[in-house]
Amino acid sequence: MFESNTKKVFSLLTVVGAFAFASVSHAAAWEPTKPVEFVIPAGTGGGADQMARLIQGIIVKHNLMKQSLIPVNKSGGAGAEGFLAVKEAKGDPHKIIITLSNLFTTPLATGVPFNWKDMTPVAMLALDQFVLWVNAESPHKTAKEYIAAAKAAAVDPKKRFKMGGTGSKQEDQIITVGLEKATGTKFTYLPFKGGGDVAVQLVGKHIDSTVNNPIEAVAQWRAGTLRPLCVFDDTRMPYKTKVTATMSWYDIPTCTESGVPTDYLMLRGIFMASGVTPEQTSFYVELFKKVRDTPEWKKFMEDGAFNTTFMAGKEYTSWVEKNEVLHRDLMKEAGFLAKP
Amino acid sequence: MSSEQKENPAGAADTHAVISLRAMEIIIAGLLLAFGLTIAYASYQLGAGWAEDGPRAGYFPFYIGMIISISSVVTLLQALRNRSINADMAFVERGQLKLVCAVLLPALVYVLIIQWFGIYLASAIYMAVFMIWLGHYAWWKAVLLGIAVSASVFVMFEVWFQVPLHKGALYNPLAVFGF
Amino acid sequence: MEEINALFHGFSVAMTPFNLMLMFTGVTLGVVIGVLPGLGGANGIAILLPLTFTMPPTSAIIMLSCIYWGALFGGAITSILFNIPGEPWSVATTFDGYPMAQQGRAGEALTAAFTSSFIGAFVAVVMITFLAPLVAKFALKFGPPEFFSVYFLTFCSFIGMGKGSPWKTLTAMMLGFSLAAVGMDTVTGQLRLTFGFSELMRGFDFLVAVIGLFGIGEILLSMEEGLSFQGSNARIDFKIVVQTWKKLPKYWMTSVRSCLVGCWMGITPGGATPASFMSYGIAKRFSPDGAKFGTGQIEGVIAPETAAHAAGTSALLPMLSLGIPGSPTAAVLLGGLLIWGLQPGPLLFVEKKEFVWGLIASMYLGNLAGLIIVLTCVPLFAAILRIPFSIVAPLIIVICAIGAFTVHNAMLDIWFMMFFGVVGYVFKKLDYPMAPMVLALVLGDRAEDSFRQSMLISQGNLSVFFTNGLVGTIMTLGLIMLFWPLVNKLR
Repeated sequence: MFESNTKKVFSLLTVVGAFAFASVSHAAAWEPTKPVEFVIPAGTGGGADQMARLIQGIIVKHNLMKQSLIPVNKSGGAGAEGFLAVKEAKGDPHKIIITLSNLFTTPLATGVPFNWKDMTPVAMLALDQFVLWVNAESPHKTAKEYIAAAKAAAVDPKKRFKMGGTGSKQEDQIITVGLEKATGTKFTYLPFKGGGDVAVQLVGKHIDSTVNNPIEAVAQWRAGTLRPLCVFDDTRMPYKTKVTATMSWYDIPTCTESGVPTDYLMLRGIFMASGVTPEQTSFYVELFKKVRDTPEWKKFMEDGAFNTTFMAGKEYTSWVEKNEVLHRDLMKEAGFLAKP
Repeated sequence: MSSEQKENPAGAADTHAVISLRAMEIIIAGLLLAFGLTIAYASYQLGAGWAEDGPRAGYFPFYIGMIISISSVVTLLQALRNRSINADMAFVERGQLKLVCAVLLPALVYVLIIQWFGIYLASAIYMAVFMIWLGHYAWWKAVLLGIAVSASVFVMFEVWFQVPLHKGALYNPLAVFGF
Repeated sequence: MEEINALFHGFSVAMTPFNLMLMFTGVTLGVVIGVLPGLGGANGIAILLPLTFTMPPTSAIIMLSCIYWGALFGGAITSILFNIPGEPWSVATTFDGYPMAQQGRAGEALTAAFTSSFIGAFVAVVMITFLAPLVAKFALKFGPPEFFSVYFLTFCSFIGMGKGSPWKTLTAMMLGFSLAAVGMDTVTGQLRLTFGFSELMRGFDFLVAVIGLFGIGEILLSMEEGLSFQGSNARIDFKIVVQTWKKLPKYWMTSVRSCLVGCWMGITPGGATPASFMSYGIAKRFSPDGAKFGTGQIEGVIAPETAAHAAGTSALLPMLSLGIPGSPTAAVLLGGLLIWGLQPGPLLFVEKKEFVWGLIASMYLGNLAGLIIVLTCVPLFAAILRIPFSIVAPLIIVICAIGAFTVHNAMLDIWFMMFFGVVGYVFKKLDYPMAPMVLALVLGDRAEDSFRQSMLISQGNLSVFFTNGLVGTIMTLGLIMLFWPLVNKLR
């Protein structure tokens, strides 16, 4: 009896507390009134898909939302299908979308009538790193050596080093072009459908190097079949736990350190439809803050060596603005812009 | 088929040809020819050459379009020159066409209702109408079964698997229940 | 012997009452998912993945992989009964399975399909148990030229299938290719043949086309014959299972061949779909009754089903040992592993012995459970054909519409399905063969991608397809298959 009474009192207190909190801050108590559709502008099994389904799992396990969150894959046209679906859902607060770099690259490369300004930025969840990988049996131990060898081979187009990546005119190819520009070498870029395929092609020595995300290649690294050369960022990855017998993520040098001045980070962020109220946006911002505090999320971040920067509101919007310009420049230089 | 006409309504016995096999061959081959040419033209615009490092985006579709066009022309000529008795056989008899349309037209209306009012309402109506109209069932049986089918689809997809199915573009009857 | 010990340990992990319950639930759910066209194994598992988040990883993967087995079994049911393949790999099952059902032999076809599925899976699991490390290395040998050669072989072993006009076969096949080309081009990232419609960007999904061509088209055709399905007066009796079993040993050679094809395609990741087509094509070539294929030969059901299941099962091996998905379903399971905090890859067998062998043991048990469940239901499934046409026909159309929608959550796909239905009806009456068209639609873009990747590697030199023993052998096999009918005539 006593116990249940205390519980009631306690829960009453929390309710009162919550109200008090609500009146102080501006977060009004908007909540989804029906299941929320979680659009994934990529196929099942890819990086964005995994993250979205993890988020769904975390929300269910920790009971973070009363309504359910339903992931829906809309991968057509390099994700354009998903973005257009959110663009059309103007004012619908029950639809959110997880984005990757194709937020910028798809409209630029295909000319599909879509821009991130057609959506409301909610929050940045993390930034995904890129690492330059070679086969463990490759004679090149550092990025510098590798680039030098690639340069020597680039003279003859038939002997150029082969760089594998996901998709065409997307982040992997942009990095490859950036690498070419920074070092004056040339690669033959081979597009594949998924990051997992790319890693395995490298293990099988069908290609010479890749720019896989850490999570796409970590299994092969641990098994001693792939070797990381450098990470495309200006600071090293912070995770110091040993991943292989001798190395942690932190031990991978940055590309700048290795004399290959290229950096690139990929957005893993959330957007929703345009024309929604600030209360609705802030519900999702709070929701994802809670998701980020769970141990499952933290473990996932460490496994995949993500950069865990979190942004929301104005800060996030201006980051997106800056990156759109950056992508436009990179793609213009690479000649990837769609012909008007 | 003659022995198995248990539920065959009147009209099936009408064996007048609506269109001959030969005419239909010609029409379809002509449509395929147009289709092939469209594909080839669109791919040509995309770039149908063989660049230094292999075929360009339109290379395969261009030849695919050309092959469709050529083989349709052959089929077309064969049909035009074919004067055998076979060719004058009916592609579809009037009675048959009526039966086919009895399924096809309601099905098209069904898809239209899906578009406007969502899959659940449309399915219930379609099941019931089909059963009453073509199966001559008592109306209450048909309505009951229609609702049962829709309800079980709803439970299975929306609740169980959490796969949202199409909600109406004009009006969503389930909006009241928060779906 | 080490494997045997590990396996028995695995059985002790898998045989807890909780895991056994999950196994039966998984298989049953899987059968439901396999029967509903559109939902499919990969989607089904993706949908249920978050629910397993709270379970221990071993139980979770047992449940999810059992859904996969169930879906593999379930795909055959609608193919045989209604000519609607619930999954891409059961298309080849319709070629002889549906005619059998029309002749009143639905029970026989279902029993043959389920039993050979089980045999295929069993052989694949035995291979995984004993040859895993060896076989995994073989998978690494497959680069773009090797992939292309596999697709080439699939096409070659299938070509010349129809008896009708070769021009119509050609047209149909090229139609399939052209539909496969719609959407984004992987190699250049350009949009192709979308004519400015954003709805066309996602391309034509194979399932939408097949549901229309086969499912709706067949209903329209049956309407012509009056309001009934043929074969509705089939005898429904459990004895049919035993009677069919007595017939099966005669076709052991077909089973062996199909198992080999299936295991190979599963490991290399070619996948279950090319495996089933290739196996059907090869069986037709080598069977003494080859000419009668397509008219309801039991061998024509055994071959694709054995291969599809063997491939589907062995596709899990590269996932576990290399971290490459051998099929879309395996790709989703792979994501699952990461979410449960397991790293797929070569170290999984060392670090998480319990998990791996529990899974392998559950493959034996899950498939057995699946076989028992579906076989006991054979009379029930066959009885579906007895439901009056005017109830079953609208029900099929409703299920087809839902299936077409769920593939991509797109309303337009339902319209496409109806359109393909009419196309299927007209084509069938004019003798345009549907099988090459569907094959081209399934494999067309994959074949093109691997061809063009190979061209990038070799900088436009076609000799890349004969540069090493492996790719050269497969290409030569393909060419032999292509010219086999000619060789036969010369003899």
